[in-house]
Amino acid sequence: MGVGIEVINLNAWYGTNHTLQDIQLNIPANHATALIGPSGCGKSTFVRCLNRMHETNPIAKVTGTVRIGDLDIYEDASPVEIRRRVGMVFQRPNPFPTMSIYDNVASGLKLNGYSNRKSLDEIVEKSLRNAALWTEVKDDLKKKSGASLSGGQQQRMCIARALAVDPEVLLMDEPASALDPVSTSKIEDLIFELKSQYTIVIVTHNMQQAARVAEKTGFFLNGRMVEFDSTHKIFTNPSDKRTEDYITGRFG
Amino acid sequence: MKKQIKKHSARSAIRATADHVATGLAILASILVVVPLIAIFVYLVYKGASSLNLAFFTQIPKPEGEVGGGMANAIAGSALLLGIASVLGIPVGIGGGIYLAEFGRGTRLANAIRFTADVLNGVPSIVMGIAAYSLVVVPQHHFSAFSGGVALGIMMIPTVTRTTEEMLLMVPNSVREAALGLGVPNWRSVLSITLRTASPGVITGCMLAFARVAGETAPLIFTALGNEFWSMSLNQPIAALPLQIYIYAISPYDDQHRLAWAGALVLIVLIVLAVSLVRYVASRGILKGAS
Repeated sequence: MGVGIEVINLNAWYGTNHTLQDIQLNIPANHATALIGPSGCGKSTFVRCLNRMHETNPIAKVTGTVRIGDLDIYEDASPVEIRRRVGMVFQRPNPFPTMSIYDNVASGLKLNGYSNRKSLDEIVEKSLRNAALWTEVKDDLKKKSGASLSGGQQQRMCIARALAVDPEVLLMDEPASALDPVSTSKIEDLIFELKSQYTIVIVTHNMQQAARVAEKTGFFLNGRMVEFDSTHKIFTNPSDKRTEDYITGRFG
Repeated sequence: MKKQIKKHSARSAIRATADHVATGLAILASILVVVPLIAIFVYLVYKGASSLNLAFFTQIPKPEGEVGGGMANAIAGSALLLGIASVLGIPVGIGGGIYLAEFGRGTRLANAIRFTADVLNGVPSIVMGIAAYSLVVVPQHHFSAFSGGVALGIMMIPTVTRTTEEMLLMVPNSVREAALGLGVPNWRSVLSITLRTASPGVITGCMLAFARVAGETAPLIFTALGNEFWSMSLNQPIAALPLQIYIYAISPYDDQHRLAWAGALVLIVLIVLAVSLVRYVASRGILKGAS
């Protein structure tokens, strides 16, 4: 089951560049929350702060509090533990090129020392089914390399790989931006399915996509969160002038 | 309109010619790369093949002046020396490359190591022999197979380190992020994901280093010394193919000259076989999927 995320006073830097400023936000459990905004506004940095991927960059710095469920991720746990609970899907499909489809999906468990073969098989099947990829790949799970799939299939495999470690939260950083329209709609259907089991945070450049999949939407601009509300309200009657300018296409 | 087309076709004719010239030059260059190797190989076969017989692979050298004998001890000795060198040089070299690419990126220590490795790569091999002589032979008070292996192992390190580093840097960052994003600890990600993704290139680097030291004579003169008799002891002087070839090549006897040619042929063939075998085994292992 998913858990809620509470963000208090989050600030982040790349070197001297203050990329996130005083972010306050409550992301509800078992819903999809979309983050929109122009390029460079800090959306990606923000989701990378939710699983402590931000700090893998040596010049990055972060302050503030993030609670996922009742866990303060910057106080109570190591980055490695956090990332097992908070899965991530990246902008471009990034399969492990030397591994088969099966091994790609099982990699999170295997690399953490989990080796029960029978239940691995079950987890791999379940994850691939959840990612709507099972029927397409079930015959060459161990024969084909993960990198030999099409871009859309690779991205669904990466989603399956993230699901296999059984996270509570799934972060998606523009998961469909490198995909064609058919693959994009498959990913969107998937988000719709998955949000009953996981809390989903999706960064997107595509406002229609935000409107289609998310109950809540946050608008970021220049490192600040301008507005956070129900998706319906953001797209029909935003409170902030800048949000309105952005969604009506006056800039960005 | 017509004039424009004409102009256009003139330009495209120039481009097509330039394309042909460039392609031709590239083909010529590739031929020039392969010709010396083929020439050497053909000449070795011509000079050495007639002296190859079963005795060459099963017997040890006959006393000077006697006809016949073989290089069994030198072949086995070279295998032992290269085994020691690989066991010492490859892990240290790969470890160094991992440090340079994954942990020390941009630090002063890493820059110093990289610079040292490049300098070490350019040090003449006889100097390596003298270094191993003073580090191992002098304290032990005798020449030995072990000291020869150390000399060759040290020579392998810079090549292995630098190719490992380069190959690891070629692995896209998105692959590292994928592993970290799954909650895989960094060390595990480096070993099981990054190094594995880079492994074909890393193996090539190891094989290059191996092939290079397999033919080295100079570093062995002060260390392994050479041995007329059968020896597999790490503590005794040991024969090696390049050393034996050198000794026979400067001897006054025609029969020993012929054996030297045969030895050179065998050395090249064995290096090619060893490199191909490793590549074959490694490529199968990698395609099989995660361990």
